[in-house]
Amino acid sequence: MSEAIKKFMFVNTKAPYGTVYALESLEVVLITAAFDQDVSLVFCDDGVFQISNNQNTEASGMKNFSNAYKALGDYDINKLYVEKESLEERGLTLDNIMDLTYEDDDWAEKPSIKLVTRAELADLMDDQDLVISS
Amino acid sequence: MAMLHTVNKSPFERNSLNSCLTKSKEGSSILLIEDAVVGALKGTIVADKLSAAIANKNVYVLGSDLNTRGFTEADILDGIKTVDYAGFVDLVAEHSNVQSWL
Amino acid sequence: MKFTLLINEGPYQHQASDTAYQFAKAALEKGHEIYRVFFYNDGVNNATRLAIPPQDDRNITENWAALAKEHELDMVVCIAAAQRRGMLDADEAGRQGKDADNIHPAFHISGLGQLVEGAIQADRLITFGD
Repeated sequence: MSEAIKKFMFVNTKAPYGTVYALESLEVVLITAAFDQDVSLVFCDDGVFQISNNQNTEASGMKNFSNAYKALGDYDINKLYVEKESLEERGLTLDNIMDLTYEDDDWAEKPSIKLVTRAELADLMDDQDLVISS
Repeated sequence: MAMLHTVNKSPFERNSLNSCLTKSKEGSSILLIEDAVVGALKGTIVADKLSAAIANKNVYVLGSDLNTRGFTEADILDGIKTVDYAGFVDLVAEHSNVQSWL
Repeated sequence: MKFTLLINEGPYQHQASDTAYQFAKAALEKGHEIYRVFFYNDGVNNATRLAIPPQDDRNITENWAALAKEHELDMVVCIAAAQRRGMLDADEAGRQGKDADNIHPAFHISGLGQLVEGAIQADRLITFGD
C-alpha cells in the first residue's frame, strides 16, 4: 500500500444493466477504498438510474447489484453526490433514489447522498486528484 | 492548474459533449478526439454552444482524427486549436488532471 | 512525467485502444514514462494472442506488444474482467480446469489493485473508453 492519499472521484454517467460499466465501475470503487484513498461518487446524467429504488431483475435474468450501493457506507464511502438537474431532466426526485446511509464515529446513521447542482459539481470535480468517469 | 476534459463521441449521437460543456469550469480545457471531432465543424447544430465555450475555455481538436474523417483545420470553428498526439500529451501534462467524458 | 493509462474497450470495435496506443507512443517519444497500461471492461480483449486481423489492417495486440517490448511497459489485464470474458493465461487456465489459454505473453493478468496503485503512483491517469 502506498502512503500517498489521493482524492478519487468516480463519475457515473451511464444507466445500469444496458451495459456493464456501472457494475464494473463499482468494483473499482471498492478496491480504491481498500487502498485507503479519499473516495467520492457522482451520479449524473443517466448515472442517476444506477441508484433508483426497487430494481427488480427477476424476469430479466440480469444480476441485481443495487444492494452493493447500500454496502458502500460499510467501506467508509459516504460522499455520494447526485446531480439535481439530472434528476429533474428525467422526471425524478430523491424519492426515486435509494436511501443510502453510513454510520458516523458515534454509530449514528447519516445520509450518504448529497443533492448538488451542476455548478457545485463542477467545483467538486475541479478539486480532485483523479476523476474517473464511466 | 485547470482540468483537461476529453470528449470522444459525436454530439449528434451522444450527450457527453453537452455534459462536459455544462460541467467544466471557466479556464479549463476541452479536447475533442475520435468521433467527437465532428462537433468542431462549422455550421452544425452545436456550433453556437461550442462558440460560447470558446469564449472562456480552451477548446482543442485532435487533428489526426479530423483528417481521418475527411476534414481539415479549414472546416472547424474559429478559436478551436488543432493538436497532434504530442500536443495531446502536452495538454495532459500541463493540466492538473484529466477527465474523459465517456 | 509518469502516466498510467486505463483502456476500457476492446480492439477494433472502438477506437479507444488505438488512441491510447498513439498517446503512449507520443508520450514515450517526448521522454515521459508510462508507469502502467491497465486493461479493464472489454479492454481485456486487447490481450488476446489469437486474433487474426486482415493483412491490410493494423494488428492492435501486436502493436501493443512491440511497444511494450521496446519500452518495457507494464501491461496489466484485470483478472476479474478477463475471467468474465474468457480471457485466461496458462496458469489461470490450469487452475480453472480449462483446456485453452489466450493471453499474449506481453500482457499479464492481475487484480484491480494494480489500477489503483497505478493511479496513485502516476502523475496522471488517462482513461480511454467508449
